Amino acid sequence: MTEPTTARVRFPTALRGGTGTVSVLLVLIFVVIATQNPSFFEGPPLMAFAKKAAPLVVLAIGQYLVIVSGEFDLSVGSLVGAQVVIAARLIDGDEAMTYPVIGLMLLFGLLVGLVNGLVTTLLRVPSIITTLGTMLILFGAVRYWTGGAPTGALSEGFRVFGRHGPDGVPVLGQIPWALVIAALLTVGAILLMRSPYGRSLMATGDNDTAAAFSGVRVWRVRTLAFVGSSLMATVAAILIGGFAGVTAQVGEGLEFTAITAVVLGGVVLGGGRGTVVAAVLGALTVEALFTLFNQLYLPSTIQPTAQGLIIIAAVAYVSRRGDPRPPTRPRRRPDPPNERQLDSSRR
Amino acid sequence: MRASRVLLAGAAGLTLVLSACTTDAPENPDEGTAGGENGGEMSPDAEWFDQAEFGTQMAQRDIEPEGPADEPWTQAIEPEWVDTSDFAIDDPQDAHVCFSNASVSNPWRVTGFITMEQQVEALVDEGRIGSFDSSDAADDDNQQISDIQAFVDSGNCDAIIISPSTTATLTPAVETACESGVPVVVFDRGVNSDCMVTFIHPIGGYAYGADAADFLVESLEPGSTVLALRILPGVDVLEHRWAAAQEVFADSELEVLGFEFTEGDGAQIKDLVSQHLQRGEVNGIWMDAGDGAVAGLEAFEDAGQPYPVIAGEDELSFMRKWDEEGLTAIAPVYSNFQWRTPVIAAGMILAGEEVPAEWVLPQDPIREDELDDYLDRNSDMPSLHYAKFGGEDLPGFPEAWVDR
Repeated sequence: MTEPTTARVRFPTALRGGTGTVSVLLVLIFVVIATQNPSFFEGPPLMAFAKKAAPLVVLAIGQYLVIVSGEFDLSVGSLVGAQVVIAARLIDGDEAMTYPVIGLMLLFGLLVGLVNGLVTTLLRVPSIITTLGTMLILFGAVRYWTGGAPTGALSEGFRVFGRHGPDGVPVLGQIPWALVIAALLTVGAILLMRSPYGRSLMATGDNDTAAAFSGVRVWRVRTLAFVGSSLMATVAAILIGGFAGVTAQVGEGLEFTAITAVVLGGVVLGGGRGTVVAAVLGALTVEALFTLFNQLYLPSTIQPTAQGLIIIAAVAYVSRRGDPRPPTRPRRRPDPPNERQLDSSRR
Repeated sequence: MRASRVLLAGAAGLTLVLSACTTDAPENPDEGTAGGENGGEMSPDAEWFDQAEFGTQMAQRDIEPEGPADEPWTQAIEPEWVDTSDFAIDDPQDAHVCFSNASVSNPWRVTGFITMEQQVEALVDEGRIGSFDSSDAADDDNQQISDIQAFVDSGNCDAIIISPSTTATLTPAVETACESGVPVVVFDRGVNSDCMVTFIHPIGGYAYGADAADFLVESLEPGSTVLALRILPGVDVLEHRWAAAQEVFADSELEVLGFEFTEGDGAQIKDLVSQHLQRGEVNGIWMDAGDGAVAGLEAFEDAGQPYPVIAGEDELSFMRKWDEEGLTAIAPVYSNFQWRTPVIAAGMILAGEEVPAEWVLPQDPIREDELDDYLDRNSDMPSLHYAKFGGEDLPGFPEAWVDR
């Protein structure tokens, strides 16, 4: 069970969508990594990569749900940071607190998702503003609560998910729990998108007025997408906290990395198109790219520049794909007088 | 359409391969070191290296400071005392001291600011100063310039303490404060001016970086490999640490694998160290600040490799790990107790007592023989606390630091 195998297996069947492009990109990056560091594909380094990449995969799944419904979630980075800090403070090294605190974190994630979703759908605040607000609120609240320096410690039991896994597996050495969790969530998300809810979500992102006419309760579908994103961010927080422990900087900038991953997977901002698998492959591609930069000794100062160029290239590529629908969709513009349109303005 | 997509992907792949080829070539072939361009070269960047200042700091490490040894925050290395009788006021117990803080954006500054507030409480109790007011610029130069201006305009401040966010940009603001006639105290990072009454700082970044690098050179066999972890480029105190380390490593037989910027983020540190471990042995870790040192060590645990010799910082999470695992380690110190000194200095100036023009505080790393002592003294403290915070005798100890 390795990422490149998954990529290669899916590749022929999935060439139709953005999945094909991102698969090719991922395989290429892996090939270049292999030329730089042949030992990368021996079991343990690959498992180390999977362990590192798992949180972003989980975040990308959450971000996918929101983006495909036509919204953004900028609050996930701050939420990850807040959750890790909350966990450290409440667990404070006490093993017995591990599961109660994980439960509490999930509740908190649920709450943040509900707030994001309801403010966006019922109060009609654009999601980019809602979640920007949530991001700042969480960031500030954590700073205020901890005075800038997180206290407490995570228990070993908490850290198992992000750090350990069954040992002694032939060839691979250790299968990280993080990989197992990310794989399960990926499968779960694929099934979800094939369920009636998934179809409604996709339809909402594509054209929310049409979806509403066909009986989709748009506000509920979108709110649930935000809840999904926040819950995924909570799982990612458990994995990241487990992986590396508590630092003051945990979670910073993750929202943009997650959006990059989803966009790289060919999921269209504005909603309505793209697959979960593509988003997951996008996340793996972003992580592989970071690994590649590192293997090439690319100065870390230039890495954001390279990352930025790749995002723009990816989106430009997706936009110019020969799709019958123009990339800037009419519902985003004021109504042209001579164009009959089903939906006026969404908000 | 499919063909064009394959074409594009192919082009992307070609670009990747090409960039691999080009970046692989060493940028400075004449330097001829092992690590590729990301830091293999061992001559400090001239912008960040001042040979004379480096020599001064190296010498200051061995000078016995003046003042009581059990109160290092009042000690000074080779002080030049200046007269402050012009600034003396009649009723210091009513004096209002204003403090423009660059930020409390990292645990080191958080710890220091708590210590400062408790020191203020002590001074108020003693009647050395009357009241204290602070502003926080959140690492924004413009904000801090206007904070300082607001203090000057208010006319309420009997003394102004400034911890500048950056050196060059804040210089005019500090000069404005000086011109207002009240005594100005600058500490931590400096400014390009000597208008303030006293400039308080520990020995400095070169001494910090050299303490760490010297320890690695002493503790490792010749030919051992060292990885440097840095927070970010372009910050003078951090650049000086690295410049000094480059200077030390250049004269040693250690092989420096390169350096990585980590932003002090544990996940990044762990990932980067893991990747280096996949490619070969790492015998030593040099850090320009101890944030995330524990994550770096965990990378060795998870890879099943022996712990490296490591230079961290006097941050407690690292020191506790050091103790538990019996590491070969050193904790270089950027004296956190320096946050006490500016308010003490303000009290002295308002009473007309002499202060050093440049108040250089001692900066001794914590070595193995002192480890237990410092862990005992800080046993209640949170893990992102700094061992040499120097507030054990202040009011509110230990609750003020524990419940932050």
